[in-house]
Amino acid sequence: MSTLTTSTPAAAARPAGLAAKRRRSALKTLAFMSPGLIGFAVFFAYPLASTVYFSFMHYDGFKPPTWSGTKNWTYVFENYPLFWPALRNTLWLVVVMVTLRVLFGLGVGMLITKIKTGTGVFRTLFYLPYLAPPVAATMAFAFLLNPGTGPVNSLLEKTGIPAPGWFNDPTWSKPALTLLALWGVGDLMVIFMAALLDVPTEQYEAAELDGASPWQRFRYVTLPNISPIVMFAVVTGVIQTMQYYTQPLIAGKVASGVIQGAGTQFEPGYPDKSTLTLPQLVYNLGFQRFDYGSACVVALVLFALSMVFTAFLMRRRGGLIQAGD
Amino acid sequence: MPEVSRKAAIALAASASIALFATACTGQSNSGANDDASKETAINFWHAWSAPNEVAAVKSLIAGFEHAHPNIHVNVVGNMTDDKINQALRTGGDKAPDVISSFTTNNVGKFCSSGALIDLNPFFKKAGIDAQATFPKAMNEYTQFDGDRCTVPLLGDAYGLYYNKTAFAKAGIKNPPKTWSEFEADAKKLTIPQGDGYRQLGFMPDYHGWETTTEHYFAQFSPTYFGPGGKSDVARDPAFEKGFTLQKKLVDELGGFQKLERYRATLGDEWGPKHPFHTGQVAMQLDGEWRLGMAVDAKPKFDIGVAPLPVPDDQADQYGKGYITGTVAGIAATSHKQNAAWEFVKYITTDTDAVVGFANDIHNVPSTLAALKSPKLKYDPRFKTFLDIAANPNSTTSPASINGGQYLVTIQQFGYDYESGKEKDLKAGLARTARQIDTDIAQAK
Repeated sequence: MSTLTTSTPAAAARPAGLAAKRRRSALKTLAFMSPGLIGFAVFFAYPLASTVYFSFMHYDGFKPPTWSGTKNWTYVFENYPLFWPALRNTLWLVVVMVTLRVLFGLGVGMLITKIKTGTGVFRTLFYLPYLAPPVAATMAFAFLLNPGTGPVNSLLEKTGIPAPGWFNDPTWSKPALTLLALWGVGDLMVIFMAALLDVPTEQYEAAELDGASPWQRFRYVTLPNISPIVMFAVVTGVIQTMQYYTQPLIAGKVASGVIQGAGTQFEPGYPDKSTLTLPQLVYNLGFQRFDYGSACVVALVLFALSMVFTAFLMRRRGGLIQAGD
Repeated sequence: MPEVSRKAAIALAASASIALFATACTGQSNSGANDDASKETAINFWHAWSAPNEVAAVKSLIAGFEHAHPNIHVNVVGNMTDDKINQALRTGGDKAPDVISSFTTNNVGKFCSSGALIDLNPFFKKAGIDAQATFPKAMNEYTQFDGDRCTVPLLGDAYGLYYNKTAFAKAGIKNPPKTWSEFEADAKKLTIPQGDGYRQLGFMPDYHGWETTTEHYFAQFSPTYFGPGGKSDVARDPAFEKGFTLQKKLVDELGGFQKLERYRATLGDEWGPKHPFHTGQVAMQLDGEWRLGMAVDAKPKFDIGVAPLPVPDDQADQYGKGYITGTVAGIAATSHKQNAAWEFVKYITTDTDAVVGFANDIHNVPSTLAALKSPKLKYDPRFKTFLDIAANPNSTTSPASINGGQYLVTIQQFGYDYESGKEKDLKAGLARTARQIDTDIAQAK
């Protein structure tokens, strides 16, 4: 009985103490997490909620927003003639440009890790273009690839190769942008070089002893080791390409000969909308036409696409690691 | 990939996208004309001029105002595009503009309908100024939308024809063309092929040929852009069909779209000294009055001629008209100093001496009827052509619309498709263009 009488208050005190301890621990955890949580709420949750909210509103930045239902969504998907060309262009760039940039960055990285002399010079040469400001680099490319006066076409004509219209030809404008992106591949080259140099040499030695061919060494030793970096390059590449704005805009403006400034109209994606990307639509709708609702719809499409691509890549990478293992 | 990393990557993707694209809350108009303009005050004036001579001209204009109104000081911010101005008008605040000026006349409808700039009609009435009797007809029209005068003309631009007199003489052409038929014949006569391109092109008709935009061409046909009820008249008014047909004919007759575009890619840019008219690569050029000063400065190896643009053969009696546009000024709805701002706007846009002085410095067309006739106006005798075009009652402009110049972009887009041969059915294309314009306007309402 005495045990009972003495143990009852203790048993009651223990859960109370435990609960307080848990509360304190939870508060402590929350306090430690708060910078991240606040950042998430301010920079992600609130803008996302706002974007969804404004996509259903008519809002020009002056008059109070008014409910417009699905009008903005219908307008963008059915009545806005620039949406589908911009979406097609963005997807083209995501698929082609990102793939080529990763392959080229990896290839250059591998070459530079292999060469014995002049490594520093080559590293510098390949990295320098990445440091060029995008506007200046794009203008320089537009000059180099000018179909009439550019040195590239002069050279092609001298060698008898048909000279494309590059930024002045809707068929060649996106490949020309891809060339520009490949020229500035220095960032990926450095990342891949670091990853390649980190692959344990004993794994290569073991593979060689087993008689693995260079391709097999790459497939079964290099690739599994650097796959997190490949994934990083692809995911960030997809995100960057979804936000691709400056280069296509400048290339289109320079090639069209009509520099947009005070007093000129927005011209979407010269030539023939071929350099038009979704971020350009967000700017045009949101900050030139002040149709915030429609701009939000396009922003949400970009968000959804980013999510779909990222989720797809994550799944694919799971398969890659398994195959590599 | 570990679950945490996957979530982190997804969060990274999401936040990167959203942080870039999310819209921000913006300010509301919250002011009135309650300030005392006779008290010591300072206002902010944003404008788009950027060249050193233009900046000096603005400075001189403001010095004149501050001399006349010593209690009002003007803080000037130059080189502002409409995008930046529009964003600042929405944000408001002490550093936001009280008075703005914009080169983009097409944005007047947007400035008025959004309420970004205040209606100046009450101010005009209070000051006893009759806008209709003060400004040339086209300028008076393009500065208001649906009865809301939210802007005032601040110098204007008139479009005409520049021609190479030396090339004309060599081709045996005595006078500049007055009708489009004469123009077509002259353009062909002045064109000298060379290899795959040209030694001299009579005229660059492509819509990307700098100022050869649809609205500049079509002004010569006096089109009606909007019919009753505000619906697009692009498919109904035959002026558009005639305009598109004429331009396409010029494109085909002067070598075809591909050849002209290839040649265009070799030409210098619009604002540099190597503009193809300066270099003699193009013998005729549709352009604004500012080209005269630029062409003279480039010291070309030929005599420069200036004339009004040709008119359709059945409108020969209206020869002398042209497209009119220009800089506009207005007062921000967010301004807390609207009375002081009005004193400034009134001075720079209606004071004859101020307008004349500014026009002399900037080399633009004055924007009041009195200034157009002022003996203080200094100009090259050839500039008179543009003064006459500005004063011509048949001269036209593109009307203000609720979504700014979006309808002009849509027409121009169709123009690109039609000139390149991508769109072959003109009537169907015009009908589709009109539908698109109506849809865009409905979306903006």
